[in-house]
Amino acid sequence: MKVLMKGNEALGEAAIRAGCRHFFGYPITPQTELAAYMSKRMPKIGGTYLQAESEIAAVNMVLGASAAGVRAMTSSSSPGISLKSEGISYMAGSDLPALIINVQRGGPGLGGIQPSQADYWQATKATGHGDFQVLVFAPSTVQEMVDLVSGAFDAADRWRMPAMILADGMLGQMMEPVELPEEGGHTSIDKPWAASGHGGKREHNIINSLYLTPDKLEDLVVERYKRYEQVQAAEQRAEEYLCGDADVIIVAYGASSRVARSAVNKAREKGWKVGLLRPITLWPFPTDALKKAAGQAKAFLTVEMSMGQMVDDVKLAIDCRVPVHFFGRTGGMIPTPGEVLAEVEKLL
Amino acid sequence: MVFAGFGGQGVLFAGKVAAYAGLIEGKEISWLPSYGPEMRGGTANCSVCISDEPIGSPLITAPNYLIAMNLPSLERFIDGVEPGGTVILDSSLIDREIARGDITVHRVPSSRLAEENGLAGLSNMILVGKLFHELGFCTDEVLDEAMQKCIPPRKAAMLELNRRAVALGARQ
Repeated sequence: MKVLMKGNEALGEAAIRAGCRHFFGYPITPQTELAAYMSKRMPKIGGTYLQAESEIAAVNMVLGASAAGVRAMTSSSSPGISLKSEGISYMAGSDLPALIINVQRGGPGLGGIQPSQADYWQATKATGHGDFQVLVFAPSTVQEMVDLVSGAFDAADRWRMPAMILADGMLGQMMEPVELPEEGGHTSIDKPWAASGHGGKREHNIINSLYLTPDKLEDLVVERYKRYEQVQAAEQRAEEYLCGDADVIIVAYGASSRVARSAVNKAREKGWKVGLLRPITLWPFPTDALKKAAGQAKAFLTVEMSMGQMVDDVKLAIDCRVPVHFFGRTGGMIPTPGEVLAEVEKLL
Repeated sequence: MVFAGFGGQGVLFAGKVAAYAGLIEGKEISWLPSYGPEMRGGTANCSVCISDEPIGSPLITAPNYLIAMNLPSLERFIDGVEPGGTVILDSSLIDREIARGDITVHRVPSSRLAEENGLAGLSNMILVGKLFHELGFCTDEVLDEAMQKCIPPRKAAMLELNRRAVALGARQ
């Protein structure tokens, strides 16, 4: 039978079942239940739970564990992710996989503790300094949080890059029924690059992000971007809901996509042709699905819990072929289906 | 449905029992708590959706059922209750007329009943008993199973008291 779990706890259990035995964290609302869950579970299964002295320390412990070839993760909420951004950049520069979970809250600064999606730009454009990307997954239900954790670990390993799950306080705090994957059923791949001890049988591996020779560094970055092109071709994911005949398509992810889905249902009751396109990956952005939808819709409306950080990505994906409008709330406010419906009505 | 009261009155737990009953009945369900400083001595609440359809927004602004355990909670949510909806309130703590004629109001003196019946701290479950009696959407056995799911093994002794509280509420 399905069990009721908080999103934060479900993320933790899913990570364990995906083979993660190394969690390094630091408490922050609204993410703390995830760290608390790991602190209870990890010692019982021979894993490592460590509450570091700071977010910066925690993310660098993840870097070290990942370099040794194990599945490692950290989690935090918005201000804490800013602190982790240095380590995330170092991991990207060292081609290391890892899972970073951001249970977003309102910002900027210490902001607030209520749900937000205002770290979209940070996650998809500038998770740290330098030329790099991280995989970004955006679950919209507790079940999808569970499903995406193992997928994020697998993708991070496959592409040798950090992966982020971009959740928010609503998803982290809410409980929904979940079906957990079997224990021990996860996949794992060889990591011949890991600094895990070689017993004198091979050359030692070096894991590093410092390259003082510009042409060498350029080569590495260009090589990495070729890999990113493959990632963009292979990893885009989106869900379409009633888009087939839609005149107006709402684009929304995560918590705001749930509000948007309610609005679409209300719109359909009125006979309005409205659909929802829900990005599941935010990087790579599901450009292909949007391009396809742009052939049908007369207008797009992004619904976000931010000041409209996703709008430009939608415009670029569809080459500005149809107008892209925006409705959002920010600072920890959650839009209501009624508010979204009123915006949709203006576009019909 | 929205469960609302002071932090410590057990509104989140009451909501969880309702959610589990929905789960056992094979419904789509969601449970969303308020969190943060407001829970410390202020008002706490949770939104519980029980539906045949997948749940969109789990945040309820217009509940069909409101369970109010103190006056600030009643005042915060009463205007939003859907026409035709139901309010169940602790009348030993809430002494206020409700001007709306388009909703059903059940006044249960749950705090006083809890005190008089040796059920200290279980005012919440007396109201749950009343709620489920009014809802009629699941059997007593399902509600009992839901309570068993929500009470951790180390507090097993509480199960019997919760059962008594629910039964008492259903008779109000």
